[in-house]
Amino acid sequence: MATIHPKLSDELSQTVVSSTKSVKIKIKRSNPNVNSEQKFDDFVVPIEKWTTVLDVLLDVKSHLDHSVGVRYSCRQASCGSCGMKINGKPGLACFTKISELDSDTVTVEPMDNYPVVRDLAVNMDRMINNHKKVMPYVIREDSEIDAESGIREFLQSPENVDKYIQFSSCIKCGLCNSACPTMAMDKSFVGPQALAQAYRYIADDRDKGKNKRLKIIDESHGIWRCHFAGSCSQVCPKGVDPAMGIQLLRGYLLGIRD
Amino acid sequence: MMVLRESIIMKIHYGTAIGALFLTVIHIMMRLTQDFHESLAYENVIANYESVGYALLLELLLILISVHGFNGLRVILFEMNQGPTYEKVVTVGCLAGMAALIGYGSRTIIMTSMGMT
Repeated sequence: MATIHPKLSDELSQTVVSSTKSVKIKIKRSNPNVNSEQKFDDFVVPIEKWTTVLDVLLDVKSHLDHSVGVRYSCRQASCGSCGMKINGKPGLACFTKISELDSDTVTVEPMDNYPVVRDLAVNMDRMINNHKKVMPYVIREDSEIDAESGIREFLQSPENVDKYIQFSSCIKCGLCNSACPTMAMDKSFVGPQALAQAYRYIADDRDKGKNKRLKIIDESHGIWRCHFAGSCSQVCPKGVDPAMGIQLLRGYLLGIRD
Repeated sequence: MMVLRESIIMKIHYGTAIGALFLTVIHIMMRLTQDFHESLAYENVIANYESVGYALLLELLLILISVHGFNGLRVILFEMNQGPTYEKVVTVGCLAGMAALIGYGSRTIIMTSMGMT
């Protein structure tokens, strides 16, 4: 059995004692593998001005209820693991400070439009499958490794990079798909994450797979089902604008972009 | 099931919307050539139908609105439910509804323009 080092134990207790503020966190609990019951469990946790929602959840797990189900990894908005609904809006728990929420009570729920695995952890297979479907890699016949001249580079101008660079910031957290109203209705919709990635590679002038990708997204549950609500762009923690990417892709399909 | 690619269908969708809007504006402007209540008097409405140009405008408007409307309905129904059989039924149903509405509307326009009222 793991034991806490006495010094570490002191540090933990000091952190709690030094805080003068606290927040009530309401965590939506469910386990569809056991039963269909859904409930909110409330916990009161001390906070500092830098405390994030993920810090609070980990505090709950450490001191109050070990059984809370939450997925996380990097704690710095790079891995995209800790996406959840925070006070009704999709966000990354590690990237949302309690102080920014301006509320004494924080409600956390699993992301919409994904099946719940347990509590705050959701199954992201749908997003990953759609992501793979749009072939998110540079497609071309030739290679950077040339038999005659050795290794060569496919050079790009800064202007060409500007066309897609923001879309390459996607961390596959799935918040955009969670916020999308079409994803909620249409279980076959490809989704803003995959569409933004389709645009990222189509706009890359090293890529030659434009026609293949356009054919994949140009179907009855593809790009045309987007209603341009724009919520995907509102919630993206990395500043990607999937709604704009979708409109630019439509330009290719309507023949107003080359 | 779909013979046309979705982008072709959506080009038709947008084109019919623009066309229908343009013809509707003409149709409403025609009401303003005389007093509004007078323009809707029975004799004037029949006279409109009996004018070949106006009858063609109405026929075109009917086709544009039917195509646009039933495709819009197909899109909405696709969002409400999914599955190959469902989508086949919706597509065939919308095409049938579109054809029926155009047929019935055309019958009215043709009969009225020929004085068969």
